[in-house]
Amino acid sequence: MIDFWSNLHPVVQGLIKGLAVIMVIFPLAGACSLAERKVSAWMQGRPGPNRAIVPWIAWIPFVGTFLQRLGVFHLMADGAKFLFKEEPVPGHVNKVYFALAPAIAMMPALTTITVVPFGAYFNAAGDAIPLVLANVDVGLLAVFAVSSLGVYSLILAGWASNSKYPFLGSVRASAQLISYELSMTLSVIPVFLWINAPGAPGTMSLAKVVEFQSLPGFWGGTWFVFLMPLSAFIFLVSLFAETNRQPFDMPESEADLVGGFHTEYGAFKWSLFFVAEYSHMLVGSGVFTLLFFGGWNPLPWISLADLVGWLHHATHAAWTIHPLFVGVLSLGIFLGKVLTLIFIFMWVRWTVPRFRYDQVMKLGWQKLLPLAIANLILYALAIAFIQKSAS
Amino acid sequence: MAVIPLERKTLSLAERTYVPQILSGLKTTFKRLLKPAETLEYPEQRPAIPPGYRGVPTLVRDPNGREKCVSCQLCEFVCPPKAIRITPGELPSGSDREHVEKGPQAFDIDMLRCIYCGLCQEVCPEEAIFLQNQYSMSGYTRAEMVNHKDRLYELGGTLPDSHFKWDKKKAAAEHGNAH
Repeated sequence: MIDFWSNLHPVVQGLIKGLAVIMVIFPLAGACSLAERKVSAWMQGRPGPNRAIVPWIAWIPFVGTFLQRLGVFHLMADGAKFLFKEEPVPGHVNKVYFALAPAIAMMPALTTITVVPFGAYFNAAGDAIPLVLANVDVGLLAVFAVSSLGVYSLILAGWASNSKYPFLGSVRASAQLISYELSMTLSVIPVFLWINAPGAPGTMSLAKVVEFQSLPGFWGGTWFVFLMPLSAFIFLVSLFAETNRQPFDMPESEADLVGGFHTEYGAFKWSLFFVAEYSHMLVGSGVFTLLFFGGWNPLPWISLADLVGWLHHATHAAWTIHPLFVGVLSLGIFLGKVLTLIFIFMWVRWTVPRFRYDQVMKLGWQKLLPLAIANLILYALAIAFIQKSAS
Repeated sequence: MAVIPLERKTLSLAERTYVPQILSGLKTTFKRLLKPAETLEYPEQRPAIPPGYRGVPTLVRDPNGREKCVSCQLCEFVCPPKAIRITPGELPSGSDREHVEKGPQAFDIDMLRCIYCGLCQEVCPEEAIFLQNQYSMSGYTRAEMVNHKDRLYELGGTLPDSHFKWDKKKAAAEHGNAH
């Protein structure tokens, strides 16, 4: 099995791995939309979707009812509905760009996953090998570069719809993304200033960031959220804006723009926009976890290596240090953190009302950007001082 | 009108960052998240109907199982949307209710027109028509939404009666009293 795998052409290997990741992300994004409905319902004192059920699962005594009440099958019902319902294409739209926009929305959302590591295992020498589709040194730069392409789909959708509300939505989207991209990028520079010691080869790799957070010792094991809380805060706020989530829901803002950029869309194209939004959220939460919340390390000051060591010490079983087990364990920890962040996204969405457009711009340019610059200067000076005194 | 100038408090630094307010809001929503839902899941759970509720108008029988309506047509005349249509008929001679003289041959209430005002119940001298607890009516055609006489009796059933007006009249007539 292993031989067969390693004998495959690298391109085929990459293709299979990429498809596997997409097969996980796509349903996960769908599940997020269901979770959104459930969470919003619970926060508003409703039971939420709880009717759909597959007949033969209804025969299982308690589990069937529980799953029905949880609304799990609404996921399938939604998917099937979006696939098979009539596709309305208004007569006045530019058909090529209209159909292209949802596809372009999906592309950056799924492409960014290639450079985001989502777990790690230890090889025979004890080095952590990150589980990632492409462990490239540009790492975070690639994420920023590709994910901001997502705005083109919104612009294209708004433009091709040939209708005023989608157009307004797309104009807002582009303005908002430009405003918050800056503070987002500036907020992570301290992290990379810290991990790129002078003399060592420079890197923007996300796996390296996690490596720095799993070093032994008090300062080594500290998650960067404790070292750089302001950076984490600015990054999180910008992340909300970048993923077009409430309270920065400007492109959609259904209260004043009908449905925003996707007003004219329906059926499967519309659902693609939604899956893209949730994929963006998943990748964004993943990057946030890697940068500030220690990636796949279970707790601050307790690294994955420590956990595996303790497990092995307690059980003396060979499987506890098997790369497959360690990989799945790290993946589980990472996914747990990401899903917690997704919950926080939803929690904030159903709590905070939408900002007005001028407030969004004011917050971005007059508050967040100066704060990010001040934060950068402060940390640059501090890091220069520490590294100078250390050498 | 006096103009009352309001003192507007200047926001503190913490308030201007929005953060404490957002956090307290998050606390509120999280508390709500853990509470049970308030929703009544309708087809399985039914709302409690308060007394005096005006549901679908129905015809009722007296405790002896006799129909009370004497087809005086007062409800037909009072009905604001003209939803009621009565075809009066004579009661067959020789039956024990011959002295009532009249009963409805046909009694139709068009539920597409009915506005549930309850005037028919109010006007009825025989206490024969009541707006009861039934509140959900549905059908696929207009014809289905017209309640005929048998359906009206089926919906209405029997209500307790304290007068037995026609029994008393019969007894009075047999004893030589006019009333």
